[in-house]
Amino acid sequence: MTSIQGKQETNPLPKPRKLNSYSYIVEKQGNMRVPVKIFASEALMGKMVQDRCLQQGINVAALPGIQGYSFMMPDAHQGYGFSIGGVAAMDAACGCISPGGIGYDINCGVRLLATSLDKEQVYPRIKGLLDKLFIAVPPGMKGKSHLRLDAREMDEVLSEGAQWLLKKGYGTEDDLKNCEEEGRLPYADPAKVSVQAKERGKKHVGTLGSGNHFVEVQYVGKIFDRNVALAFGIEKEGQVVILIHTGSRGLGHQTCSDYLRRMEDSFPDIIASLPEKDLVYAPAASGIAQDYFKAMCAAANFAWANRHMIGHEVRKAFKEFFGPETDVRTVYDVAHNIAKLEKHVVDGVEKEVWVHRKGATRAFGPGRPEIPKHYRSVGQPIFIPGSMGTSSYVLVGTEKAYRESFGSTAHGAGRLLSRHAANQQYRAEDLKKELEEQKIFVKAASFRGVSEEAPKAYKDVDEVVRVSDEAGIGRLVAQLMPMGVIKG
Amino acid sequence: MEGDRRFEFFPHTADAKFRAYGKSLGEAFANAALALFEIMTDTSAVKPAMKKKLRAKAERPETLLYDFLESLVILIDTDNFLLHDVERIEIKKKGGMLSLHAVAVGDDAAEYSVGTAIKAITYNDMLVEEKDGKVMVQVVPDL
Repeated sequence: MTSIQGKQETNPLPKPRKLNSYSYIVEKQGNMRVPVKIFASEALMGKMVQDRCLQQGINVAALPGIQGYSFMMPDAHQGYGFSIGGVAAMDAACGCISPGGIGYDINCGVRLLATSLDKEQVYPRIKGLLDKLFIAVPPGMKGKSHLRLDAREMDEVLSEGAQWLLKKGYGTEDDLKNCEEEGRLPYADPAKVSVQAKERGKKHVGTLGSGNHFVEVQYVGKIFDRNVALAFGIEKEGQVVILIHTGSRGLGHQTCSDYLRRMEDSFPDIIASLPEKDLVYAPAASGIAQDYFKAMCAAANFAWANRHMIGHEVRKAFKEFFGPETDVRTVYDVAHNIAKLEKHVVDGVEKEVWVHRKGATRAFGPGRPEIPKHYRSVGQPIFIPGSMGTSSYVLVGTEKAYRESFGSTAHGAGRLLSRHAANQQYRAEDLKKELEEQKIFVKAASFRGVSEEAPKAYKDVDEVVRVSDEAGIGRLVAQLMPMGVIKG
Repeated sequence: MEGDRRFEFFPHTADAKFRAYGKSLGEAFANAALALFEIMTDTSAVKPAMKKKLRAKAERPETLLYDFLESLVILIDTDNFLLHDVERIEIKKKGGMLSLHAVAVGDDAAEYSVGTAIKAITYNDMLVEEKDGKVMVQVVPDL
């Protein structure tokens, strides 16, 4: 087992060197095993230096078995231990796995549904539609699932993911096909998930949660790449789509916490060597690493089941509201807090790595077998949600991302203001009115849920996707405009 | 204690960050629990209708704090629990181990306005400082 030499962070923070208009590098120094590569424009770098995210990227570069670079995506900002918007590929044979590199919300992700409706059909009835969606997809702390899982069913969900729900009559075959991993990671082992985690999750399948999670009704604003958009079922400007953003709820949070604590208790030497405790990891060969990976996969399956169920409820609500002939199909579903066991070529040698994507989206290009057959000629769909009231984007994965960033790109806008600061600066009622003037309607479980997610609390999502496109790690396909949003 | 304040909030990009104060470890921990729920709701408005017994055991005070606060986070999901206050708290040291016993009082969330729920406790920037009979703890929960 290798461990980090010394506990000190490199001080002062080395200045990132600009490589070109879309990327920076921090060369290897001190205990770093690899350099840090940052996908950012000058404008985005200007924001990144304002918090501790660069230092966090440097800390990750010192972890055992890290390959190539410690990557930071254009939306990177400060997290716990790992930055949010970070990608780290660890050798699966002699590296490590770190729960902090995945995050508390295991398999937080986004699912996009495309409808046969035009915005002109939806706008006049948007408020009634939001009322209906608010009941169909219970948001906030008090939102409880229409499903109650007993212990046996819970284990089945953890093993089978979204596939279990289809078996029970929820959703369609297409929903599964158009989902990363078809909604199920095979390595999952429910026995590795604690009783407490299962207890926290049993009323959560089909619920949104709070924080930045949402169901947003949108329309296609601008199409940048018509061929790819068509392949994804995004046919024309004005078409109504629905973006769903949530994760594994209490079950995932508890699983992350359980294993952080277990690693802390099992590896005091590793803890002592780390600049931040949340960087704790398990060496790949240890039993805990294998246990955590199996538990994480189970929690990821739970998240896919959750988004599958929400997708089903949204479809049902649309059909009841706009008539049974309304078509609502899943475009795709991507995880952005996860570690995936993937094969990548490093220094000319193919190896198996755990790609930790913490606030980063897989961005595989054309031809990859992991992509559904009908998208394989164009590449994998990627969804980058903006903040409340701003655009979201559809991108497509690239061959270049596979070579340059372990097949990864950004995942969102990235926070700029703390929730507390946003709460103090913005009043929910004012924001709601301001948004309504722009024809964006908000229905939230709480006032705080609105003010904390104030659009100005986030970085400029337009710039994030522009840099991803310029860097070639995720190309622009379409812009999605908000109409109405359900929030926790 | 810093004046009469039981706790105060600080800006943190990712989420929320607070410090809680007390004349003992137990009092500071109890105030941290209160700050945690203050993120979600107005704890003074929550009625003390339910009692929950909490226990934690750890070698180090940071770990004890993590486990104590986590036991409350679990109650949010499993029992729909909102904290009014910590009624009793006792922390004993025996054979190098710290053991905590507490009674939390609160109510079912159904009756109250609730904002962002706490997802988890983190070790990020966590501090437990004891000096001259004053204790300060700092916590960054994940929201």
